[in-house]
Amino acid sequence: MFIKATLKMQQLLWLLLSLSITFTVYTFNLNNWVPAFFVFFATWRYLIEKKHWPFPKLWLRLPITFAGGLAVLATYGSLFGRDASLALFAVMISLKLLETKSKRDFIIMVILGYFLTVNTLLFTQAIWVILTITLALVGLTACLIVTSHAGSTHSDAKNLFTWKAQAKLAGHLLLQAVPIMLVLFVLFPRIPGPIWGIPQDAYSGMTGLSDSMEPGNISQLSLSSKIAFRAEFKSAIPPNNQLYWRGPVLWHQTGRSWHISSEKLDIPVEALETSGPATDYTITLEPHNRNWLLMLDLPTNLPANAVVKHDMQIVSKEPVRTRIRYDGRSYLHYQLGVKLSDYERTLSLQLLDDENPKTRQLAAKWVSENKSPKDIIRAALTMFKEQPFVYTLAPPRLGREPVDDFLFNTKRGFCEHYASSFVYLMRAAGIPARIVTGYQGGELNPNGHYLIVRQSDAHAWAEVWLADQGWVRVDPTSAVSPNRIESGIASALPDSNLLPMLSRQDYPFLKKIYLNWDSVNNGWNQWVLGYDQQKQLDLLKKIISDKIVWEDIGLILVLVLITLMAIISYFLLRNKAKVLDPIKKVYLRFLNQLEKTGLKKLAYEGVTDFSKRAAEKLPEQASEIVAISELFSSSQYAKQGEAHIENKRTLTLLKQLVKNFKIKRLK
Amino acid sequence: MAKAFNLPDNFKLSSPKTWFRIAQPIDNETKLSRRHIYILPTRFGWLYALLLIALLIGSINYSLSLGFAMTFLLAGFGAISMLHTWRNLANLKATMQRTSPVFAGEDAVFELVVTDESNRSRYAISAQFANENSGFQTMTEASCRDIQALNAGVFKLRLASKKRGWVKAPRIAFATEFPVSFFQVWAYAEVDSQCLIYPKPSLRSQTNPSSNAQGNSGNQPTPQGDDDFVGHRNYQFGDSPKRVDWKASSREQGLLTKLFQGEATSTLWLDFNATTGENIELRISQLTRWVVDAESEKLKYGLRLPQLSINPSCGDAHYHQCLAALALM
Repeated sequence: MFIKATLKMQQLLWLLLSLSITFTVYTFNLNNWVPAFFVFFATWRYLIEKKHWPFPKLWLRLPITFAGGLAVLATYGSLFGRDASLALFAVMISLKLLETKSKRDFIIMVILGYFLTVNTLLFTQAIWVILTITLALVGLTACLIVTSHAGSTHSDAKNLFTWKAQAKLAGHLLLQAVPIMLVLFVLFPRIPGPIWGIPQDAYSGMTGLSDSMEPGNISQLSLSSKIAFRAEFKSAIPPNNQLYWRGPVLWHQTGRSWHISSEKLDIPVEALETSGPATDYTITLEPHNRNWLLMLDLPTNLPANAVVKHDMQIVSKEPVRTRIRYDGRSYLHYQLGVKLSDYERTLSLQLLDDENPKTRQLAAKWVSENKSPKDIIRAALTMFKEQPFVYTLAPPRLGREPVDDFLFNTKRGFCEHYASSFVYLMRAAGIPARIVTGYQGGELNPNGHYLIVRQSDAHAWAEVWLADQGWVRVDPTSAVSPNRIESGIASALPDSNLLPMLSRQDYPFLKKIYLNWDSVNNGWNQWVLGYDQQKQLDLLKKIISDKIVWEDIGLILVLVLITLMAIISYFLLRNKAKVLDPIKKVYLRFLNQLEKTGLKKLAYEGVTDFSKRAAEKLPEQASEIVAISELFSSSQYAKQGEAHIENKRTLTLLKQLVKNFKIKRLK
Repeated sequence: MAKAFNLPDNFKLSSPKTWFRIAQPIDNETKLSRRHIYILPTRFGWLYALLLIALLIGSINYSLSLGFAMTFLLAGFGAISMLHTWRNLANLKATMQRTSPVFAGEDAVFELVVTDESNRSRYAISAQFANENSGFQTMTEASCRDIQALNAGVFKLRLASKKRGWVKAPRIAFATEFPVSFFQVWAYAEVDSQCLIYPKPSLRSQTNPSSNAQGNSGNQPTPQGDDDFVGHRNYQFGDSPKRVDWKASSREQGLLTKLFQGEATSTLWLDFNATTGENIELRISQLTRWVVDAESEKLKYGLRLPQLSINPSCGDAHYHQCLAALALM
């Protein structure tokens, strides 16, 4: 009875411990009441075991279950969808604790626990999550082991099976599974997902550029230190002021906001002529749930599953929902769209009427002064440079006529303010112009020779069309704050404390640690998280042969797996070499001597029992036999601590006794 | 076909009970070699497989690379646990200890010694008697033991006895689900062991053996020398209730029988021909009762059976000799 009670407690503690680890991860991702709910019921269940409280009856459990379901419904507005169904699952697991009593209940709880634990990966696949998952899996497995062991007794009153032994066995079982995991991970044919529709909220946490821009959008994005993408260069990394990563191109102006052009795909792509050396690079793009594929201005190749729009936006056919990797080749010197189509001309001069009269007046004034388009551009940039414009992350709110308010009143803004007001001015002056959003710059990680581009590097600039040159990039921000373009956002902003810590320039030591960590992360992303069908095939081609096709992978997997299982089985199932402690060895020598007289110690016979029997048979040597046996059995059953000190003395004594022990044959 | 597939000799596809190879004893030792070990997933094993499929589909659907990794880790864990469960039972050695006779109606106790010779501690090994006539079912409740590496564990297997005579230990079913309960491993083993079942003593003697015409002594098998109390022994089935020390049992010392210094000088012949009853079994029962009573009263008694006669004597060896003769008559 006593043993059974302790077993239950052990099972329960393992279960609660591992579930707690998993719920700790969920605290970051699910509504906070869900983990609190778990803590409450886990404590309750613990007290039931500890204080022998009764289990709650059905009339109590049923309403709590309904309340839990309703609470999920109220929090998430539905019981389906990724977050809601996980929350519901977590709530139900917490409740099931209250009816976990039998062996069957515990095993089912462990299996559900495995599911809950692995599902934390839906929220994050960062390296550290391996640690929490591993700990939880070991705990759950230990619970499974104790449960399987329940009811078994050992003749020794002391249980062979301490919690340490349980954890060790659980760890061994999982560790031995690692080779199988590696083989399956590398060779299991990867099917590109999704198999069915994924809940809407599955990608809610992703950030990135939007298909429209309003004052405040990009400065908001700039507050995030999240990584947008990483770029590895095969050739030299271009200077910072050339690193314009092209994203959505915005044409439509409606009041405050700017939008991308309509989805018409039959508009011919602007003609591109390149000169100078090519820049080759590979981008690892973080998922952002949009179609943009960021590339350096201006690319000449298309990644797989991507199309190019008429304004040189590269978009993928599916929203980017997993980290993807693609190669790019760009030319920093180019001529784009020397001939402007009528459609594009209309688009690029579009402005809503009757807005921003002061700005229009200014533009009209420049036009009436008979300035050339180039002069007008210069005039605008000079205005930004010479008047007291300030580049800031925290611009004041703009009034009803936003461009007027900005240009003539507040004069404080972030890149989107400068780009949009500049394009507005150009269009008002009859010069075709558009806004390009994307990222500018990037931070070099010397460890891996790649650039880290963060959301805080988000940027907006302008392109104007000039008759002989085509679309020309003009970055009005550089007129206000040249540092932004030359050396990145951190050096450009006086109020840098608004920026995320990792984008700032203070704390060089922290920064160094961070950069090291990021290169580990980068490798992780590339080789573990980014391992897909293509990578799998590339790897096998490299290792085995160029001729491998996707269909062969299954066969390779089967062959490798059979070989691996054979090897593992050999090591697990072979007979273990007998390792005896020296005292036992000496005792066995003594037994061998006795066996010559026909006295054999039976397997189930205790040491003392046998010595009595032997002493009866060999009365002359009874005292020796008893002495040896007593010495041996006392050394075997001594407490661990004592035995350690005594062992050496016992061993020499025992050796001496056995050595002197010579069988005198009885007549 | 049996040979080609290395199937059991008496293999018959239509009867599942012949599907299993049964470990056979050699010199009272039965070794559970790898050819006798069978393994199947338990219902929890199937549930676990379902979990793996769910995780795999989830990983594909959400393109979770680490999800794949964890799914594969758990799949590998399942495979590894299969090997561990298997090796928890394989290569055990089973031997039987000598049995002590019991009266019919009592449980015959077989002491099964299970030894590990592979230097591996075994956990939660269960052993029970299997019903030979219905393949998978077992007859008795399993008992579960841990066996330390290179040591032995003793299982006390009980078998209800009905008839007198030798009863052979039935086939033994060994099983384990340790360490994770996803797989059940089992093996069947025959053992060389039998237990002698004494006849069940009839409730009370109806006829007094002294009335036996051939009795040499006129001494009554009534309690004698009751005055000289010498001590206690544990109650045995068949002891006269008069001799039970009820006071001791009320002190929760268990059932004890009082022993007295009997004079045991007179001899008593217990004769089969003196018994009455409709059939032989009833008469043997009657005779058994006389033997039990005579022994408990410390009389000197002899036994006369149709083919066998045991000279009057007393003491434990004599007592068991008489009962064995009755059991095997």
